[in-house]
Amino acid sequence: MELDPLFLSRLQFAFVVCFHAIFPVFTIGLASFIAFLEGMSFRTGDPTWERLSKFWIQVFAVVFGMGVVSGIVMAFQFGTNWSNFSYAASNFLGPVLSYEVITAFFLEAAFLGVLLFGRDKVPQGVHLFAACMVALGTFISSFWILSANSWMQTPVGTELRDGMIHVASWSEALFSPSFPYRFMHMALASFLTGAFVVAGVSAWYLLRQREVELNRKALSVSLWMILLIAPAQAVVGDYHGLNTLEHQPTKVAAMEGNWQRGSGVPLLLFAWPDQQAQTNHFEIAIPKLASFILTHDWEGELPGIAEVPYAEQPPVWIVFWSFRVMVGIGLLMIAFGLTGLLLRRSGRYWQTPWFLNGLRWMSITPFLAVLAGWVVTEAGRAPWLIYGVMTHAEGLTPSLTGGMALFTLIGYILVYAVVFSAGLYYLMRVLQDGLEEDLSAEATHEVERASRPLSATHVRLEQGEH
Amino acid sequence: MVPFDLSMIWAVIIAFGIIMYVLMDGFDLGVGILFPFAPDEQARDVMMNSVAPVWDGNETWLVLGGAGLLAAFPLVYSVLLPAMYIGVFLLLAGLIFRGVAFEFRFKANTSRYLWNWAFAGGSIVASFAQGAVVGAYIQGFNTEGLVYVGGPLDWLTPFTVLTGLGLLAGYALLGCTWLIMKSEGYIQDWAYKLAPKLLAAVLLVFVAISVWTPWVDPSAYARWFSSIGLIWIFPLLAGLCALQIFRSLRKRREAMPFMATMGLFVFTYLGLLVTKWPYIIPPNHTIWDAASAPESQLFLLLGLLFVIPIVLTYTAWTYWVFRGKVRAGEGYH
Repeated sequence: MELDPLFLSRLQFAFVVCFHAIFPVFTIGLASFIAFLEGMSFRTGDPTWERLSKFWIQVFAVVFGMGVVSGIVMAFQFGTNWSNFSYAASNFLGPVLSYEVITAFFLEAAFLGVLLFGRDKVPQGVHLFAACMVALGTFISSFWILSANSWMQTPVGTELRDGMIHVASWSEALFSPSFPYRFMHMALASFLTGAFVVAGVSAWYLLRQREVELNRKALSVSLWMILLIAPAQAVVGDYHGLNTLEHQPTKVAAMEGNWQRGSGVPLLLFAWPDQQAQTNHFEIAIPKLASFILTHDWEGELPGIAEVPYAEQPPVWIVFWSFRVMVGIGLLMIAFGLTGLLLRRSGRYWQTPWFLNGLRWMSITPFLAVLAGWVVTEAGRAPWLIYGVMTHAEGLTPSLTGGMALFTLIGYILVYAVVFSAGLYYLMRVLQDGLEEDLSAEATHEVERASRPLSATHVRLEQGEH
Repeated sequence: MVPFDLSMIWAVIIAFGIIMYVLMDGFDLGVGILFPFAPDEQARDVMMNSVAPVWDGNETWLVLGGAGLLAAFPLVYSVLLPAMYIGVFLLLAGLIFRGVAFEFRFKANTSRYLWNWAFAGGSIVASFAQGAVVGAYIQGFNTEGLVYVGGPLDWLTPFTVLTGLGLLAGYALLGCTWLIMKSEGYIQDWAYKLAPKLLAAVLLVFVAISVWTPWVDPSAYARWFSSIGLIWIFPLLAGLCALQIFRSLRKRREAMPFMATMGLFVFTYLGLLVTKWPYIIPPNHTIWDAASAPESQLFLLLGLLFVIPIVLTYTAWTYWVFRGKVRAGEGYH
């Protein structure tokens, strides 16, 4: 069998970007949570906030480290496997990615050092400032990278001359039509991810009666977040969908599994899309609902996948099912937010085992939802790399052979498998150690701290903890 | 449209970014290279702690190098990365393993030795791959028009193996002199003893590379010997730095060996740049051939002039926060 460098490169990119995406989506939310905890600690002087913050900073450190190293890979993927695309789009993408580095990455990196290691070395206010800068850095970073992605989805403000993209208007290209929706959708997704992980971990501790007072606090904060943000995310997602309908109709058609243009289109709850036959099997549908959601009119007209030639259609079943996974999880999140509110009225939200167990399992769902959402939007624009301008095949590195692509694909899978399982293992260890820092966590570090110098600031802080 | 040569300005900026990366990530890669030879586990703790707060920022310069090349000289990005495809993978895999080792090692108990190896192995592979990139750059790339047309392993030759080893030795020396500055007691004694040997290795390999280069790249020969000129000032200054390292080591000075090693790197690097100027993808493409559109170069330049001083300021501030000796037993987090 001939190895296809195009297919293998797409697979490799999908793999490394999915692997990378799970870390920033978590750290964006978590960084804000830590900044919040540090802020509360600074304002109230209540040591419980600081203990919560210390614990979550440890989690943050592990996840952020994995995010950084997998992110370095991303910075070079464009060139190694997609050199034609990189070269053609460099006039826009180059400055955008560079701005991400100089405005976000340096900020995160420098202040992360202070956040992780500087508690004893700088005043508390400066430490809080560092926490805020790290959180700010994560948002600036997502601004640039989502701007780049949005331009690839809805390219405006640029023109193609002699095979090169030239920027005509920076503001138009940076704030392309899909950007505001994508940015909001992603920011809320990050908050939801952070909130559900914090909620799940706190629930797990509460089920084991560990540090009940602290974890109740963390659970309460995260449940309020979920209650507010999960429904907001549904609204933003709806607007994002309308925007996609306007600019990338074929993608929406694939999300809805709608092959032929028509009005009064039903919402498919279940279907087995058959791209060969250009139809669905085993449909279970609610009449006219898709039209109503997307046009706010029961008889509204929706585009069909078959309007574009077979070669320009995205892989429908991937888009169709990923979309259902994302929406399904989103609805589940709203349900958990509301349940939390109901249980709060009786004050027993932190003592209801089935609810806490449910939250434990929910902590993995935001990651699945985010990945599913990205699969929808990325696979949904296939075969276009830059929508309507350049296809995946045109963007590929000319000198790349199938063998080379396979070699690095297997290489990255192996490296990431090792890194990910080790990371997960140490994260579990951090969680096992828990917040009882004064007892268990300190004990494991005792070896390292045996001859710790008795610097004045440090002693004071240590005493403050006990 | 623009009254000055943007490509020239950008060449200076990229050159600055690369040497920043080499110097900064160089010493923390060097610490990783020396890891297996450390006297004991406590020394390894100190070594790792001495770079833990800053490695992440140091590696960001590499990401800036990649993104900056894409912005200012996209042809370099789209020729060099495909040409070095396998080498880039090794470099990234190395950086991944050493990067996560920082976090994982401190959380590990029985598996700690594994992360020692991951940290050392990752640092060694990444350093070697970077050295091979330098060698490949001296060799030149097989291009047709604007596209790389060579094979997947063209970059791996005896010459690039030597440059790989050269950078490995150089980074080890940077790491060793960094440790002299940041440690004390028996760890510092160990570093003092190691540094002269590393210096000898560096000089040996650097001289070998210099003698070999004219055979690999005939244009270098022409540039060096056609008119005996200013270019010879760089090896001369590099030699003076080497002498200064040697002398300051004998006098057991603490900061000077590190400073002088940085000088050695800077002058060697400048010598290389002057040899190759103005070719950015030898042997065919100059910086002007590889440049992006002027409006793109300008758009990023304006931001850069404003932001980089701020970046340098807070980076310097973090080094200041973590100034002074790293002592055995100083904990993590």
